Order: sequence, then structure tokens, then C-alpha cells
Amino acid sequence: MPLPDWKTTRRGFLGGGAGAAALTALAVPLDAQAPEPEPLESYAPEFFTPEEWRFVMAATALLIPSGPTPGALEARVPVFIDLQLTGEFGSGHDWYMAGPHAPDADPLLGYQTPLTPAEIYRQGIAALNAWCEETHQAPFAELLPQVQQEVLTALDEGEVPLPPELRNLFDLLLQNTKEGFFADPKYGGNHRMAGWTHIGFPGARASFLEWVDKHNVPYPLGPVAISGERG
Amino acid sequence: MARTEAKKDVVIVGLGWTGSILGIELAREGLEVLALERGPDRYTVPDFRYPDVIDELKFGIRFGFMQKPRNSTVTIRRDLQETALPYRQLGSFLPGDGVGGAGIHWNGQNWRAMENEFTLRSYVEQNFGAEIIPEDMTIQDWGVTYAELEPFFDRFEHVLGISGQAGNVNGQIIEGGNPFEAPRSRDFPLPPLPNTYDSVLFAEAARAMGYHPFPRPAANASAAWTNEYGMQLGPCNFCGFCERYGCLNYSKASPQTCILDALRRMPNFSYRTNSEVLRVDLAEDRQTATGVTYWDEEAQEEVFQPADIVLLCAYQLHNVHLMLLSGIGEPYNPVTGEGVTGKNYAYQMNGGTTLFFKDKHFNPFVASGANGLSIDDFAINQIDFAAEGFIGGSYITAGVANGQPIRGIGLPRGTPSWGEEWKTAVADWYGHSMSIGSHGSNMAYRDCYLDLDPTYTDRHGRPLMRMTFNWKPNDIRMTQFMRSKIEPIAESMNPDIWQSSYKAEGAQYDVRPYQTTHNVGGAIMGDDPNTSAVNRYLQAWGQHNVFSIGASAFPQNIQYNPTGVVGALAYWAAEAIRKDYLPNPRPLV
Repeated sequence: MPLPDWKTTRRGFLGGGAGAAALTALAVPLDAQAPEPEPLESYAPEFFTPEEWRFVMAATALLIPSGPTPGALEARVPVFIDLQLTGEFGSGHDWYMAGPHAPDADPLLGYQTPLTPAEIYRQGIAALNAWCEETHQAPFAELLPQVQQEVLTALDEGEVPLPPELRNLFDLLLQNTKEGFFADPKYGGNHRMAGWTHIGFPGARASFLEWVDKHNVPYPLGPVAISGERG
Repeated sequence: MARTEAKKDVVIVGLGWTGSILGIELAREGLEVLALERGPDRYTVPDFRYPDVIDELKFGIRFGFMQKPRNSTVTIRRDLQETALPYRQLGSFLPGDGVGGAGIHWNGQNWRAMENEFTLRSYVEQNFGAEIIPEDMTIQDWGVTYAELEPFFDRFEHVLGISGQAGNVNGQIIEGGNPFEAPRSRDFPLPPLPNTYDSVLFAEAARAMGYHPFPRPAANASAAWTNEYGMQLGPCNFCGFCERYGCLNYSKASPQTCILDALRRMPNFSYRTNSEVLRVDLAEDRQTATGVTYWDEEAQEEVFQPADIVLLCAYQLHNVHLMLLSGIGEPYNPVTGEGVTGKNYAYQMNGGTTLFFKDKHFNPFVASGANGLSIDDFAINQIDFAAEGFIGGSYITAGVANGQPIRGIGLPRGTPSWGEEWKTAVADWYGHSMSIGSHGSNMAYRDCYLDLDPTYTDRHGRPLMRMTFNWKPNDIRMTQFMRSKIEPIAESMNPDIWQSSYKAEGAQYDVRPYQTTHNVGGAIMGDDPNTSAVNRYLQAWGQHNVFSIGASAFPQNIQYNPTGVVGALAYWAAEAIRKDYLPNPRPLV
């Protein structure tokens, strides 16, 4: 699914450089906000298979749960991860991937698996679901939330037997989930800047000189996205 | 097939800080100067412009302005027995690439080193006795003194428009500055930056304990500045996107904002991007270089570039790599201690204490790269090494550099890393914590060094460079000493919660979390060709028309961020080349 082309719709509000300062003075009418994208339930993943997608939806919903404020699903974190895995991140494009590989090396020596992140998700979700079938007679997405919680905890603590090539699965999933919650909305997650609003991060405002010496005063303005969208 | 380009007077490898400085200084002498940069070209507009650069995922997390390990990396091991493995994705350190190099994505802390750091071995021997130096510690004097470098520190600071407060001008101690600093010949070009809440709380507590807080010297302009090249900076707007980002506001000193536009206008200067130097070519007698061979990415061919002078101005790691690949200097052997190229790789020993305050609002996104307040009461020239049992020192500091949420939100220890409790905690604590850091020296050791890896190769088929490095007891004692000084300051500030993170006994080097891009050594300077790779003018001992300029020349690491010293060394070397070498090319020592 292509992302909305913010450049043509909202970029006009923002100049270069010092334009950041002008943002706070701009009133953006609500109807200028972007239309709602395809609902998550009917989103057609580009990378994930249906089974993998069910896992990612269920797992991210536990990592950042919904509640009084949006969680991973409302923030469209699964969409973010799907798009990341189709791109340069998923293919390990920037990384040194030549062998020989030592996937069981001391973890302090860093990423040593021969697999790309996309391959770790693909093989890792399959391996985890197989383990769930074996121990709980159902794939992860079909388990009761309480059991899913236990499985994720076991995965986090290295208690799910995975080959060393896949040992980064949980760390990768958690890192990507947090990225999807806090990255600029242009990457498909942090929908309506839910993650930024949750913590009080003002996003791409990027001009605060007048606030440096306002010590211990809460910052009053909500977030702005690179597109100019305001939360 | 390699093609051969027309000969130049000077070829410069890498167009970051040192390449830009040497480029403009030698172009002003009328020489034909060519810089080869392996990365892309970069300009404030469009590369750093608002709002596109305010993108944490692209630049802060996926490292958009950094070197791609696919193109260039090292292998790493912790000791001589371990098999080194590739640094496959960036973590512990982040070398830049592209025009401007790491000079675009630094925070801008621009320090001078202490006087005794340049003569460290002599200082220790004279004041405490040679016997306190551990057997495996290979610290050396630099072959140049602070007094000799002072005019060049001063010049670099004025090219960059550093904001700060002098503490010692020609021996006169000035209230509000660093009373322990080496004497400077005049004040900083610009007044200090305004201070964020966290740094003011730290400074009040430190002052109450009798310490001497002062503003960090910052390459984030506090006011308008025009430098000697006619380049202009505007005041920093505290955008909160400094380290890992190019500056959107023409406020952070970088090659782009301080030198490059002036340099590009000079007809006798040119540069080629996407041109990675593969080796320095030596004459048959190996007494001089004839030029360099580089890979032309666009033409997909090797190019021989002849030149009378070859200046290695790449990142520290790459200067050493090129010297090892080109046979410049005898490779260092950690068993015999003989050889010089690759010797004394060092890093930086940092630690910190985080303080949590439920009722204080720190607004951490209101940040410049280098604003903050520090104390040097436990600097390397203030410590009795014999009494404390270590050699080294630290500056202690507070000052928020960014509030970007993916890079990490400080949470009280024991908070789950996901789920409901994590979600509640990030909302509760974001903007309610601050840190006091120790930024400390790292000594050189017999088995911390750089050589060529026996197994892994780069995309050109060259051996990767192998880094052998681990933390040592001396430096762990140093950081634990700093912990014992910082924790009482933190406690006196009455936080709801505080927690410390310092290397402890047995700590192993972990390549995964970001620590610092202050890699130094490997082509160290000195006054003896048997123990240093370059002489006091950064000239290769064996090839007088090759100079290796940058943090690769540090014999061990200083307690400060290295850029100030790197800039001073670049101007020092440029002056030696201009005034002494050009009239009579020869070994200067």
C-alpha cells in the first residue's frame, strides 16, 4: 500500500531552515488532516504472509498494549514493520553480510547471523509457531492472551529453543515495535502521532530557543509530523 | 583497467574536518589541491534542510549519514586469542562518510586537552615514578606540547565560532570558566550557550560541594559569527537533533558551515566524491609516495592519481587501514612490541548516573548538541595517580543532547522493557530524568591495536582492518573513582530515584550499544621512529611526502572529546607543511 503523498498535500506549509519557528503560529483546520488510511484489519501486507501477519498483530498488541491511550495496533505499528521489512532495513542493505558467519558467537560481538532481518522474521515466526503448536497445540495468534504473554516472556528470556541464527528475533521485534510507535508517521506507524502524544514528544517542531531558560515549565504544544500534520 | 589522472601538487584522502583545513590552507599557498571523498557530496540545503532532516528513524536509528558497514567496516576481538568477527552493523561507534565526514554529525563539544596529556608518560614518571605504570600500559608523549599547539587551538576555535567561557587567559583565572584548564591566549569567540534545567541543577549541586562548574565549549553558535574565511554561522535554535544529524540551521560548526563554501570557490581546489582511495602508491625505493589509487564508483574503475604530497585525512580507522595496506610504517606486533603502524588503539571510558524526578520537567527535546555544564575538579591534572591507583581523569558533566524517543527513554532499573508497565513508565518518566556523566581518558595497552584481518575482506578484496580492544583494570578503576564522586552529587540533588552505570571489574567490550565515536590511535605521533608512526608534524617517518592527520595520531586517548585536538593538530601540520616542508621537501625531523 503506498503511503499518502504528504509532500504535495502539506509540505507547502513548511519552509526550509527557520520555517520551524513559524509552525507554532500556524492554525491548521481539522479538515486539513489526512484521511484515515485503510483499516488495519483489511490492510494487505506487502511482506508478511497471512499467518505471519496474525503473529505480528498479536505480538505487537502485547508489547505495547492498547488501553486508555493508543497501543501498537492503534498506532499501526504492524504496518510500519511490514514496510520496513520490504525495504533496505529488511534486506540488511547497509550491513556487512559476507561470511564466514559465527551466529553462536558471544552476543557482545554483535549481529553475526547470516540471515537478514526479513529472513529472521520469516524463519523465526515459523519456528515460534511450530514451538507453540508443539507445546500449546495452536499457533501463537490463536492462543489465549495470557498464554501469548507467557510465550513472549519465554522468547524474551531465551527460553524458546531457537537456532542461534534466529536468536535476535525478540530483540528485533521489540526494537521495530518501538520504532513503529515513535518514528515519524511517514513510515506508516505512530499513526496520528499516538506514540509522541503518549510521552509528550513534540516531533518535528525543532525550534526551541525561547524554551531553553523556561526551567521546569511543561511544554504546552502537541507534536508536529514531517508532513506538517499536527497532533 | 586503471586510468591515470593528471598529476596534482597535493591529494587529500577524505573531505571532513582535517581534509577541509589542509585543503584550504594549502590551496591558499597556490598549490593544485585535489580531495578524494569516498562518500557522497553534502550541502546544508538540501541534505540537512528542515523538516526532512528531523527524522529520527532515518538518521538517528538507521544512520543515514554514517558509513555503511557493507562498504567499509572492521573486525573486532577482545584479546589476542579470540577470533575477530566483523562489525556488521553499526553500534558502539559511528564513523561518518560523505563530504563533511563526522564533522557534520557530531554534537559539537570542542575541547582542548590538558597540558599534561601531551606529555603523559613523562608527567607520570616525573611526578609519581615509572613504577606506577602497569607493565602492559604503552602510554607515550606526543612529541608536541600544549604550548606549541595553543595558537592552533585558538585558530580552530575561531574558525568554528566556539561558544564558551574562558577560565584561564594567559594564567589569569577567570570566574565562571574552567579554573583547571591550560592557559589560553584569549577568550572564546562567542559567549556560552544558555543552559538547560538539568545542567543548572547539576551545577548548583556541584558548586554547593565546592566544585567549579563551567560551560562546555560548544560548536553550536550562541550568536552570529563570521570566521576568517568569511563563513557565517547563526545562533543555535536548540532543535534537539544535533548528534547524528547535519545542522538545519547553519549553527553547528562543520566543514560545510565553516570552510567548504570558501574552499569550493578556489579555482586551484577540486574534489571528487564517490571516490574511495584503495592504497597509497609508493616509489620503488619506498622513500616517497607517488600518489594514490582510488575506486571511481561512477566509472567502476580504478584510477591512479599522481601527486607530490599525499595527505591522509580520513577517519582515524581509515588512515590506519590505508597505512597498513600501503606498507607505510612497520606493522605493530603486540607480542614483541615492535613495529608502529596500528599501535596504541584507544577508545573512551565513559559512565554515568541517571536521576529521576517525578515533579521536574526537563523538556529534553529542547537541546543543542553541546550545551551543558561541567566540572574538571577530577581532571587528569588534578589526580594523584599514585594515591588513587590509576592513571587518567575525567570531566563530569550534565546537559541534555536530545529527547529523541527511539534512541531511548531513561527508565528506573527493573522496569519491564515491554507491555503495560513499560507503556505506563515511558509516559511517567519521559522528560523527568537527567544524567550526570563521566567522560574519561583511556590509556594505551600492548594488546589494544589495529592490524589486517586474516579472514574477512571488503568489497574491493582488501583485508578488513582488525581491532583488538578490551577494557583494562586501570581505566575501570578510573571510572569507578568518578562514580564515587558523582553519586554524592546526585544524592544531594534529592531525586526520587537514581541509578548508576559504570564499567565494573571484568567488564568486556560490547560492540552493540552506542558508546562513542572517539576512536583514536593506530598511527601515533611521537619523537622516535621506533615507537611512533608519524613524527611531531604528523609526517610519516619513512615517506616524507605522506602526512597522516587526525585522531589516529593520539598516542592514547585524552579525557575529552577529540575534535578540538584534531583541529589543532590539522592547523599545526598545515603550518609545518606551508612554512617548512614546501620550501624544502624532506623529513622534517
